[in-house]
Amino acid sequence: MVDMLLGLPAPVLALLKGAAVILVIFPVAAACSMAERKVCAWIQSRPGPNRALPPIFAWIPGAGILQRLGVWQLMADGGKFLFKEEPLPDHVNRLYYTLAPVIAMVPALTTVTVVPFGAYIGAGGRIVPLALSSVDVGILAVFAVASLGIYSLILAGWASNSKYPFLGGVRASAQLISYELSMMLAVLPVFLWVNEPGAAGSLSLARVVEFQSRPGFWGGAWFLFTMPVSAFVFAVALFAETNRQPFDMPESEADLVGGFHTEYGAFKWSLFFVAEYANMIVGSAVFSLLFLGGWNVLPWVPLASLLEALHHLTGSALWLHPLVAGLVSVAVLLGKVLLTIFVFMWVRWTVPRFRYDQVMKIGWQKLLPLSIANLIAYAVGIALLQR
Amino acid sequence: MAVIQVQRTPLSLAERTYLPQIMGAMWTTLKHLLGPADTMEYPEQRPAIPPGYRGVPTLVRDPNGREKCVSCQLCEFVCPPKAIRITPGSVPEGAGVDHVEKAPQAFDIDMLRCIYCGLCEEVCPEEAIFLQRQYSMSGYSRTEMVNHKDRLYELGGTLPDSHFKWDVKKAAEEGGGRH
Repeated sequence: MVDMLLGLPAPVLALLKGAAVILVIFPVAAACSMAERKVCAWIQSRPGPNRALPPIFAWIPGAGILQRLGVWQLMADGGKFLFKEEPLPDHVNRLYYTLAPVIAMVPALTTVTVVPFGAYIGAGGRIVPLALSSVDVGILAVFAVASLGIYSLILAGWASNSKYPFLGGVRASAQLISYELSMMLAVLPVFLWVNEPGAAGSLSLARVVEFQSRPGFWGGAWFLFTMPVSAFVFAVALFAETNRQPFDMPESEADLVGGFHTEYGAFKWSLFFVAEYANMIVGSAVFSLLFLGGWNVLPWVPLASLLEALHHLTGSALWLHPLVAGLVSVAVLLGKVLLTIFVFMWVRWTVPRFRYDQVMKIGWQKLLPLSIANLIAYAVGIALLQR
Repeated sequence: MAVIQVQRTPLSLAERTYLPQIMGAMWTTLKHLLGPADTMEYPEQRPAIPPGYRGVPTLVRDPNGREKCVSCQLCEFVCPPKAIRITPGSVPEGAGVDHVEKAPQAFDIDMLRCIYCGLCEEVCPEEAIFLQRQYSMSGYSRTEMVNHKDRLYELGGTLPDSHFKWDVKKAAEEGGGRH
């Protein structure tokens, strides 16, 4: 089966892999919207959506549990968004108004291609990352494409031709510019450390994970422990980049009605949100890869040694099979991503929204100097260590 | 009024980073996240109704099964939103309550007008109308939202009575005492 799959022509294989990843990202992004509602409800001491259950599915064992978790509600919402009337306001620029949600989806799904989501142990104990395209520019490609997502917000704000979406779009662009800088500067120490002098340079995310799975105390430590300030700045900037509370200036329903999506409804509106959650998933994946050890289960426990320990414990050679290793690594990374997304939601329902001037102040006067100081300190430290 | 001068201390460095406060807030929300829900899942779980609750107004019978209302129309006159409409009638023949002067022929309470003020209960000299525990009242049309006499008695049921005013009066009349 595996051999047959691998024997397919390269374009077909690439299409299949791409479809598989999209088939995972889309439902997870959709499920995140329900998870958001449930987490919100639990934090506010409510049960949350737990009523919807189509009678034709009621006989299925476990349907009641899904009902309590709001899964049927999610499906009903999805169906509603798909089939409800899509009003096109008279005052909008029709072409760009329709284009904006599509443009939101494109970068959100494009960044997925360069993010490695797992690894298997190939010939000679070499770790081979699983990614749609394992390019060497890695993190650079993620940043470059993810920043394009902001165009959809600006376009939506401008094409809506009304004041609140316009303000939302302006805020979105200003906020992205303010936090992009700190985000880039925050990850630089990681790549300074990963790219030792003399070795071939690489910005690949898989390389970073490899570095977090080396033996020894310092080798096995996740970058979260060795570079806490970087991780913190990156996380804060990630909140701002994905327009999540406490930085959701573009949406800011308290002062901008709905921000950039005020004039949107039905499926176009939901596309914006699937894109937002897809961005969150990719952002969380990048954070997990950079700072949380990627597909290593625990700090100081790399994937390879975990599989070997399982092999010794159960006596089954199955654990060393590349397919099993790949599945385990994907599951570990997915678990970390979901945990990070939960933290996103947890923060959203805890912290009140910053004022716009506070957002700018934090971005330029606090985070940027902090990340520059952090970069200089680590650059000096790494230069001394790797001399 | 005394003026209290509040000393505003400048924020410490830790406070200016917001982080300890955010951590504390997240601990609070985590406790709520893991704790039980404060809400009630309404149609299955019902709230406990405290005594003295003013629900839907109803008509009650006395323990002998006699309708207590004598259609004096005081409630109709006192009702601020004019929700009550009574058509007075005579006491049904042969029910053994001929000594009571009157009974309502029709008794309608328009629940779209009722404001649940309880003045009807307060004003009733016969203790015949009570605002009881029913709090949910719904219907598909305006006419459905008008409670007629039979519905009012169905909702009201029988309440204990310590006076038996009309029985006492009848006994007094027959025994030649006062009255």
